[in-house]
Amino acid sequence: MRKLLLTSALILAAQGASADEIRVLNWQGYGTDLDWALAAFTEQTGHTVVHEYFTSEQEMLTKLRTNPGAYDVVLINSAYTAQAQAEGLIAPIDTAKITNFADLDPGLTGNADLNPAGALHGVPWTWGLTSIAVNTNDFAELPTSLSVLWDPAWTGRVSIRDDGLEAVQFAAMATGQNINAITDMEAVKEKLAALMPQITTFWSSENDWNQFMSAGDFAVATYWSGSAARSQAAGLPVAFVVPEEGAIGWLDGLSIPASSTHQDAAHAFIDWMVDPEFYVKWEPDGAPATSNTKAAAALPETSFNRAVLGDPAVVAKVQFMQPVSDADREAYLKLWQDLKAAQ
Amino acid sequence: MGGSLARKDRTRAALLLAPAYLWLTLAVFLPLSAMAFFSLLSDVPFGDREWHVTLDNYRAFLETGTYAALLWKSVKLGVTVTALSVLAGFPCALVLAKVIRGRAREAMFLLVILPFWSNSLVRIFSWAIVLRGNGVLSAAIDAVLPWDVRVNLMFSPTAIVIGLVHSYLPYVILTSYLALQAIDDSLIEAARALGAPRRTILMRIILPLAAPGIVAGAVLIFVPVVGSFMEPRLLGGRLGTYYGTVIEDQFVAVFNWPLGAALSFILLAVVLAILAAASPALRRALR
Repeated sequence: MRKLLLTSALILAAQGASADEIRVLNWQGYGTDLDWALAAFTEQTGHTVVHEYFTSEQEMLTKLRTNPGAYDVVLINSAYTAQAQAEGLIAPIDTAKITNFADLDPGLTGNADLNPAGALHGVPWTWGLTSIAVNTNDFAELPTSLSVLWDPAWTGRVSIRDDGLEAVQFAAMATGQNINAITDMEAVKEKLAALMPQITTFWSSENDWNQFMSAGDFAVATYWSGSAARSQAAGLPVAFVVPEEGAIGWLDGLSIPASSTHQDAAHAFIDWMVDPEFYVKWEPDGAPATSNTKAAAALPETSFNRAVLGDPAVVAKVQFMQPVSDADREAYLKLWQDLKAAQ
Repeated sequence: MGGSLARKDRTRAALLLAPAYLWLTLAVFLPLSAMAFFSLLSDVPFGDREWHVTLDNYRAFLETGTYAALLWKSVKLGVTVTALSVLAGFPCALVLAKVIRGRAREAMFLLVILPFWSNSLVRIFSWAIVLRGNGVLSAAIDAVLPWDVRVNLMFSPTAIVIGLVHSYLPYVILTSYLALQAIDDSLIEAARALGAPRRTILMRIILPLAAPGIVAGAVLIFVPVVGSFMEPRLLGGRLGTYYGTVIEDQFVAVFNWPLGAALSFILLAVVLAILAAASPALRRALR
């Protein structure tokens, strides 16, 4: 008993010595601010966590620019990591301080967008895909190629989202191009024009998609990975497919501002955020895919994030989205509107 | 009439009219002017976005044939829906006004306005359930006919027309009914007594006298249908791109309010021009 008391006192003393308050900048309700996760972190390390939120990527960058020293950990989408690094807002990650780093998927830690100037500036945390999903009642064997969208067997039972950018990106992948550097717009346009007669209707929300799929209107349609997991869980006969041409991906990383005064505590927090224990406990709340291969393996076998996205071969095929210039966005939108109007 | 009003009467009239005009100013004039202002901007004037006054949004309409083609498509839709509504609604109003009497008429009337009591979105979704490939309509026809039938009207222009006609039919029934009820029955009896066949009575007496009601109903239907966006989007599928859906996209999806506002004003101008061009015929009908 006395020994126990003594150790407790020692731990308390140790914590008191190095306890920092770190400030995290993230979207509200996006993993880092889960109560149980913060309680566990404070218990393990003694550090406390305060959150601040942003509602757009631009707001996040503005906050970093105007409040140096105010934040210790910030969530940055990989499309913006290079910009933040170029502006001197974030510092390179000291991977030696992150004990779980060896378990992170090398395909993600090596992602070019997260490694501006040749150094890792954001620890890959979560990611997801826009790809295709099929009705398993129609497909005895899952398709392996995006060309299934153009297959005459499914004319009138194909759908894509009513979004110019996404439509162009899918056509770019189908014509073997990089979605972030489309060179042959003519081919994209032709491919989309050929896709139009296949389409039954466009979808715009997860709810839409589920209704059309359960009514049998869709046999194959583009879809988001997180939504596909939810649709499956709701009992729809749906399978998410990552075809050989690839899929559109997003990747969120955790970065440390160059102005942070609590570098050690910040690294410790990121280390906890990529811990398998954290991911496994987050999973039932609808967590996105994990960057930690050990965490993926520790998930229940039926879990979407393990079965579909846990495979490193999937990560290798993904084309992660980079920022799109206003001029390109406008051109894609116009192409899309013209195609729709010509129907 | 105005000249004979005493000063006291005029003050009273102004007082009585004031709430209505104040309301019109608030509810129609101000939002419309705000939209007219938006249509002349280069970008949405929110936050720290840069903007200046320009005519580019109106020019965008002329630069590509896309918008004009869609507007033409919408006008054709408006004409089809209006014609079908009049064809279906006028006989219905005639029966209501001249054939059915007493309690039965009240009940029938209730049935006519019943769709107005439900939300339009609910009506469209119910049509979606009826029209889709393995839906109610297909199952019903399949049950009646001995051979195997599959009717899939969903996501086609036909579905859009069905949905719109159903939504707007009560307008033409109500306006025609009012006009028909005002026709003195003794006129029809006199014609019959003089040996006029039914066709002549309809063509020479009833139709000319009911014309104001029919025209009012037709205008009430045509104008909103040309700008409709919900029915084409939900029932038209990939063929459901119309002028109204493009305007909606500008406001909801692409956040280009200036272009959306400019397209709306062009629509307003075109609809007014159509009504003006048709006005000699309309005036003759209304006389």
